[in-house]
Amino acid sequence: MSKPKFKNPVVNWIDYRLPIFTFMNHELNEYPTPKNLNYFWNFGSLAGITLVIMIVTGIVLSMNYTAHIDYAFDSVERIMRDVNHGWLLRYIHMNGASFFFIVVYIHIFRGLYYGSYKAPREILWILGVLILLLMMATAFMGYVLPWGQMSFWGATVITNLFSAIPLVGESIVTWLWGGFSVDNPTLNRFFSLHFVLPFVIVGVVILHLVALHRFGSNNPIGIDVKGKQDTIPFHPYYTIKDLFGLSVFATIFAAAVFFFPNFMGHPDNYIPANPMVTPAHIVPEWYFLPFYAILRAIPDKLGGVLFMFGAIMVLFVLPWLDRSSVRSSQFRPLYKLFFWFLVIDCIALGYLGAMPAEGIYVVLSRLATAYYFFHFLIILPLLPKIESTRPLPVSISTPIITASSNASTVMAMREKK
Amino acid sequence: MTNKNTPDDKNKRDFLQVSTYALGAVGAASFVWPLINQMNPAADTLALASTEVDLEQLEEGQAITVTWRGKPVFIRHRTKEEIASAKDQLLDGLRDPQTDEERVQNEKYIVLVGVCTHLGCVPLGQKSGDVKGEYGGWFCPCHGSHYDHSGRIRKGPAPTNLEIPQYSFLSDTLIKIG
Amino acid sequence: MRFSKLVLYFLILFNFSLSKLALSAGKAIEYPDKNWSFSSIFGTFDKASAQRGFQVYKEVCAGCHGMRLISYRNLAALGYNQDELKAIASQFEITDGPNDDGEFFTRPGRPSDKFASPYPNKKAAIAANGGAYPPDLSLIIKARSNGANYLHALLSGYVEPPKDMKVPEGMYYNKFYSGNLIAMPQPLYEDGIEYLDGTKASPDQMAIDVTTFLAWASEPELEERKKLGVTVILFLIVFSILSYFTMRQIWAPIKNKN
Repeated sequence: MSKPKFKNPVVNWIDYRLPIFTFMNHELNEYPTPKNLNYFWNFGSLAGITLVIMIVTGIVLSMNYTAHIDYAFDSVERIMRDVNHGWLLRYIHMNGASFFFIVVYIHIFRGLYYGSYKAPREILWILGVLILLLMMATAFMGYVLPWGQMSFWGATVITNLFSAIPLVGESIVTWLWGGFSVDNPTLNRFFSLHFVLPFVIVGVVILHLVALHRFGSNNPIGIDVKGKQDTIPFHPYYTIKDLFGLSVFATIFAAAVFFFPNFMGHPDNYIPANPMVTPAHIVPEWYFLPFYAILRAIPDKLGGVLFMFGAIMVLFVLPWLDRSSVRSSQFRPLYKLFFWFLVIDCIALGYLGAMPAEGIYVVLSRLATAYYFFHFLIILPLLPKIESTRPLPVSISTPIITASSNASTVMAMREKK
Repeated sequence: MTNKNTPDDKNKRDFLQVSTYALGAVGAASFVWPLINQMNPAADTLALASTEVDLEQLEEGQAITVTWRGKPVFIRHRTKEEIASAKDQLLDGLRDPQTDEERVQNEKYIVLVGVCTHLGCVPLGQKSGDVKGEYGGWFCPCHGSHYDHSGRIRKGPAPTNLEIPQYSFLSDTLIKIG
Repeated sequence: MRFSKLVLYFLILFNFSLSKLALSAGKAIEYPDKNWSFSSIFGTFDKASAQRGFQVYKEVCAGCHGMRLISYRNLAALGYNQDELKAIASQFEITDGPNDDGEFFTRPGRPSDKFASPYPNKKAAIAANGGAYPPDLSLIIKARSNGANYLHALLSGYVEPPKDMKVPEGMYYNKFYSGNLIAMPQPLYEDGIEYLDGTKASPDQMAIDVTTFLAWASEPELEERKKLGVTVILFLIVFSILSYFTMRQIWAPIKNKN
């Protein structure tokens, strides 16, 4: 690994003293990447770009926003009506939150399907779960800022979760509020935290990338890179692929921003917050619905909160729950089946989270919640004991790399034997 | 792509790639524009009400300061001597040559934006006890610009005369600024 | 690839359930769909209708309902010129102040003023309306699910109550209101106002017009948004196609080697 010589003498001069160009060349240009990544590997970079879009639009929105209960709602409406391009910036930011979660959820399920959390990428995975937690906190506090009815009552309900903590619960909630209900001090601190947390996310994302670049990307086959013949440089192959992915993503995103900007929102949030009247149906944003369903499924206050947080905590220990040495579910027929059961279960939880907590919905929520934990705590540890995995290819470049390569991979394997 | 080294093929490739990157750059740049433009004055700021001022109570030799678009506006009911001195001033040697007639609508009243054209301080000279500078009009304490009875720059670092806001007389003593 | 297809199915299913959610979040009451000029993807506001709607608002609704987020200058978007705006604004009395004597005073409105409020504050509004707050109408279409159809239905929903139903004093029966009892008396009557443009003022016409006006007030950016959206999406589609072929080209040597 000799130092690259740059054509530009100024770049060379700087790089000798501050090797930033060597670093970028190494990590973004020649960075060896498995050559068989499919489109699901686009979602990492998409998440990164969405984070940047959120930060940039967020900063300019904050220039026009007033964090005070008497002015917050009107200042947001002023952004929508009077500030130049204000409606565009706000709708990008508002829908961007939803798209950020869409992209990150797909990214997570890709990791689950291809076993990207397994050794030696456990810390990479844990940092990812940490990012998800930070995103949830940021999104929740951001939703409070317009100070509409859903903002207010969402803030009230979620902060009240902490009152379930024995002994100190009430004091913690009072401390969070800075008063005896969600009020101006609460709005102020939420604005401050909503502004700063994204930069914390950036920090964790950088660690996520450092951890990623330690061993490189996992790949659809899930076996380790065996040598140079298995990889290609990141640039131009994956930069252009990411650019294409970005352009398709941007098209869908733009369709939402320009033509259905309020589809994923709730009409009640266009009513100014009123601490005296709770809306008839209070529903969190769609990306919280599965967790909300788990919260309501448990008939005990503390239990509900514990299970809800447990649903994320279980992801932290996932690398130690699934001990199968085979990563990709392409070679784990049983795991693949259960993976799809989990996907269905999560979507079911999301649906149930939006339904009223009564009758059949309660029963179904409990079943779906039980299955969620059953998957992680029982099925995953047991699977390696009963599952017969399919034979793994020798290397990434041995089989022909095409999209429908499953059959031919196995064929190639059998011939070798 | 069987023979990728023919010049024709290479041109085609370059054209496709260059147009993709060019279009990408155009897209990124047009996304930047709303981010910049949001800092320009918003529609409500631009539509901000004009200010009406009743000058009936303003005696000769007195001045008042009113707020317009967040800035002070100086209105001075000039004495005969002040008017004469402003009118008699020759244009030769003025840094920003303007006659007094160009700067007033009714010679009794001079209406000025009270912001020094140097670096934006508010000049002294409105109150009777203020330092009015060597030319008797206004004096900016920040960097020593002297203005005469017509608000013209006479000495000091300011490059131009004090600005005249857009205004009109609704009656003899009622003016509307903006 | 099978994975991607399955994901696609799930996304479709997910979307489907989302749209069902949006419906179930609303009431069980179904509102007649009026096919608004502004509801389709390329739809715009019917300006003449919105101008009439402003007249309905001014002469019927404004007695109780404020529109605190709208300024008279905003009406330029409905096709009024500057002189007309000044004339409209000056019909209203605006409380301003304090003046140099520390007093509040009233003066004729200017285009830069927000719509005059019928009540000095919310408490006064509640007190004057027997405990029911007449909601501000600036965002009413956005603040109700299926807002335009809802409002139109509500305004047309005053019918005779069922015989076995007792309507309490100060309440009115409305077949489209949740719970059927509403504190707002029927606002629109045949020829209740005289339209400036000579249109026949039937209750349905007035309901359509005022809904169009209020839909504009809720989303004044709608036309600009859709217009810009078409440009942006066309641009992005072209860019997607170009970047796809560039990608194919760059990847060709890798794909060919295999």
